[in-house]
Amino acid sequence: MEHVELFFKSIFIDNMVFATFLGMCSYLAVSKKVSTAVGLGAAVIFVLAITVPLNWLLDQYILQPGALTWLGPEFAEYDLSFLSFIMFIATIATMVQLVEIVVEKFSPSLYNSLGIFLPLIAVNCAILGGSLFMQSREIASLGLALNYGISSGIGWFLAILAIAAIREKIRYSSVPAPLRGLGITFIITGLMAIGFMSFGGMLTGGDEVAKKEDTTVKVEEKIELSEEEKVLADNLNKVSE
Amino acid sequence: MGLLSKKDAALITDPLADNNPITIQVLGICSALAITAQLKASIVMAISVLFVMGVGNVVISAIRNIIPSKIRIIVQLTVVAALVIIVDQVLKAFAYELSKELSVFVGLIITNCIIMGRFEAFALGNGLWRSFLDGIGNALGYGVILIIVGFFRELLGSGTLLGIPVLGDPIAKTGLYSIGYENNGFMLLSPMALIVVGIIIWVQRTRNKALIED
Repeated sequence: MEHVELFFKSIFIDNMVFATFLGMCSYLAVSKKVSTAVGLGAAVIFVLAITVPLNWLLDQYILQPGALTWLGPEFAEYDLSFLSFIMFIATIATMVQLVEIVVEKFSPSLYNSLGIFLPLIAVNCAILGGSLFMQSREIASLGLALNYGISSGIGWFLAILAIAAIREKIRYSSVPAPLRGLGITFIITGLMAIGFMSFGGMLTGGDEVAKKEDTTVKVEEKIELSEEEKVLADNLNKVSE
Repeated sequence: MGLLSKKDAALITDPLADNNPITIQVLGICSALAITAQLKASIVMAISVLFVMGVGNVVISAIRNIIPSKIRIIVQLTVVAALVIIVDQVLKAFAYELSKELSVFVGLIITNCIIMGRFEAFALGNGLWRSFLDGIGNALGYGVILIIVGFFRELLGSGTLLGIPVLGDPIAKTGLYSIGYENNGFMLLSPMALIVVGIIIWVQRTRNKALIED
């Protein structure tokens, strides 16, 4: 259920293009023809599905405060989260390069359709944005991270496919000359984004339940902490006596 | 502008209007749209990009003859990422509330295509001083659009500028509100950013016919 909810949430409610404007540059530049849009969209799904889980592992075992405990108890104090940007972008850039080499070797036909788009993708904000949102939304497990990568990629794919189809058709209508091209694309995207906002009400019930659970857990943690503190204080008193 | 030759001055003034990174070159749209619901966030974003672009262009220009061309994208990303970490840490230290509001979009300056685009198109082939001017010019052009969008969205959406009410009090019905004016809450939602930028493009191209696309 958790997976289904995250899946639909990332595709429709938190759609990368319409809700958070990620990857707008390539969305505007490569959406003139449906066929190229499909190629880029597929490449984005592919790369997101690889980099988000990978960065989740990095975040969990290296970057988070206390994540280095597996190296030994003396590392528990370290907080490397300020390095996230550089770690994530390095992972993305190397993965994109690696994927390009592997795809070229094993599947020349896939390489021919995705090939020219792969280098573009390293600097696509949708990819880095996927990893950063994964970090800030505190996605709980590797499976969910994989799910999040794939589903937000599908959301981006849908968006670029829709705008490419509209742009192919809009050539036949008489748009005011100064609005032609870029201007009208912006306005259409705005209207589509308003349409996508209507998905917002789809999953609200689940959110409220989750929030309630969160708060109860927090209260329990606080009680435990205060008990520990009491014990510590007692010990201190004994020592001072 | 006695300090700058005519050619150098053009590097700064061109991106402000006729070669604007957002409306003409179509670079760096993501961050321009996502954080412009308030003027303050727009200004902070513009300043951050100004810093990253100015310094980044100089660094890339300084090491342009050492970078092997095959791995230049990774080198560029590393330089930008280091600069953005500085911006992020400074924001967290001095403007914590604001940095929460900007959330991941500070990090996304790394993949802001203006920065990569200018590195590729300019800093890799030009000297230090000219690269610096180009960086500043493009960041200013980006900032201008950001501030215009932020200005209208905050003014029409919540009736304030930089958090200060300028149109009167909507609850006590003073100022403009006394004659029946209402805030347009729609301006605060993300789709309106796209439409405002669309309108800016419309106005700009109506004034300058040479920019019209076929």
